[in-house]
Amino acid sequence: MALLEVKKLGISFGGLRAVDDFSMSIEKGDLYGLIGPNGAGKTTVFNLLTGVYKPTDGTIFLDGQNLTGKSITTINKAGIARTFQNIRLFSKLSVLENVKVALHQHYNYSALTGVLRLPKYFKTEKAMNERAMELLEPFDLQEDAMTLASNLPYGKQRKLEIARALATEPKLLLLDEPAAGMNPKETASLMNTILTVRDEFGVTVLLIEHDMQLVSGICEKLSVLNFGQLLCEGLTGQVLSDPEVIKAYLGE
Amino acid sequence: MKLKINPAARKSYITYGLVLAAFVAVELLLNFGSPSNMFKGLLVTFCIYSIAAASLNLTVGILGELSLGQAGFMCIGAYSSALFSVATKDSITSVWVRFPLAILIGGIFAAIFGFLIGIPVLRLRGDYLAIVTLAFGEIIKGVFASVYVGYDSAGLHFSLKSEGDLALAEGGKTLIHGPQGISGTPVDSTFEIAFIVLFISLIIIYNFINSSTGRAVMSIRDNRIAAESIGLNITKYKLMTFSLTAFLAGVAGALFSHNLSILQASKFDYNLSILILVFVVLGGIGNIRGSVIAAIVLTYIPEALRKVNSDLANYRMLIYSVILIVMMICTSNAKIRGFIVGNLQKFKGLIIRKAPAAEKEAH
Repeated sequence: MALLEVKKLGISFGGLRAVDDFSMSIEKGDLYGLIGPNGAGKTTVFNLLTGVYKPTDGTIFLDGQNLTGKSITTINKAGIARTFQNIRLFSKLSVLENVKVALHQHYNYSALTGVLRLPKYFKTEKAMNERAMELLEPFDLQEDAMTLASNLPYGKQRKLEIARALATEPKLLLLDEPAAGMNPKETASLMNTILTVRDEFGVTVLLIEHDMQLVSGICEKLSVLNFGQLLCEGLTGQVLSDPEVIKAYLGE
Repeated sequence: MKLKINPAARKSYITYGLVLAAFVAVELLLNFGSPSNMFKGLLVTFCIYSIAAASLNLTVGILGELSLGQAGFMCIGAYSSALFSVATKDSITSVWVRFPLAILIGGIFAAIFGFLIGIPVLRLRGDYLAIVTLAFGEIIKGVFASVYVGYDSAGLHFSLKSEGDLALAEGGKTLIHGPQGISGTPVDSTFEIAFIVLFISLIIIYNFINSSTGRAVMSIRDNRIAAESIGLNITKYKLMTFSLTAFLAGVAGALFSHNLSILQASKFDYNLSILILVFVVLGGIGNIRGSVIAAIVLTYIPEALRKVNSDLANYRMLIYSVILIVMMICTSNAKIRGFIVGNLQKFKGLIIRKAPAAEKEAH
């Protein structure tokens, strides 16, 4: 059975049908790409998958669990984590704290333990620090652990968002335009990072991207959205040479 | 890689040190100097306002929501603790048992109200939250200013009309005299007790901020959607912070009601909430130490101006408001702020330059 099973997903904003009859199936361990021209509804699909929007039609199943219409929090706990197209970090917290906040599902103590500074507080904080540093390591962010998130350069902010999403130990990681605004060198390093994330953390990755270098470089399968509808899906090579896809991107 | 000491934790230690140093200085002054009566009378007030301001900073600075109901929570704390003390004045004679209990009761009642009010109110954001908390503060004040409570052999009696309406039996006693409030509260708030309560409050606030709960609250402040997307329960953390703010405001209220033997609800008006918010804003939003310093300085200035000489005393509120405006400009104008911060860092550099060398020797 597929890890993520989306069937006939649809949402309307007033009269506008933003996503219509969208189905997708992602196997465990896939590195899956979702592409399409601007305004095709890619981010809307992410927002539907993570519970930011409630779908008007269709179903979403993760690992056999029905997540249709669940809250953002519930969906994250079930195992979907995401990054955002416009970076959303906790800007006034340090890099380390950004990751530590996201560890709360696996390392936690009550507020009272924290206020009274019981032994469990020190033990858990130490474990959290170690785990957070482990998560920062593949992203080369260890040196910046004490820096405020808002003071990081752009490329590192993107990486920190991925590290934070991984801290919730998701089964499926959604990356919304991870290479946006990066130069070719940064993009190349990001491609390696994404591969590392998939292989070392054992996470299935679904990403939205416009950068065709990245898409053709690491994605194994693709779905193409156009005007809110699925245009084409399949292996990357086949999809990118499909005349319909080329037409949607470049026009006739 | 070895982690340095958490900067947030360092901040809290500096604050503890400063507050302790101030306490020792005041004690020395009380024992060996000759402080004015005005100064002695203000000592407990400093502590009360410091607690109220620091706790409000939890909601305003850490949670990032504007609350104008601080006086309301102080009112609840003041009344519940004063009632407890008046009722047990004869049965519990030791101040060291009765007063901590009274403070705790004040805090708990305020926290319960904070929790109940928080459930609907925290669904609102920004201006709406401010408006509703403001209204709530006024309602609390209004209710306490018009309620009459008394007891006799038959039990407790309530009335919203007049003292006579209570229809107490012979030997009955009125506890709350409507607008006249509660009288005969034992004056238990000494500077030493108030200081201990302030110190414990600061420890609670800092430990709260520097825990996973505090981090979660700050992450909600910084980016609500991202906080939800990592699975944080927004409502839970908001309610927790709001209740803790209310608890500590109730504690401050308890100190307030035991500082004077007569307690009137009219003291807890809109102006008090705004005054405390001014402490928070001028001390720095999110800066607990700043709230304490601002509370003390801004409480002292108008009283000190009253004392200087009679000519100046007439203009003291004018001078006070000018000081407030200057402080506001200095903290919000980037150029002036940069100038002050830059000079402070130069000054710091002169003192701490030798510190890293000393640290190396220690290892």
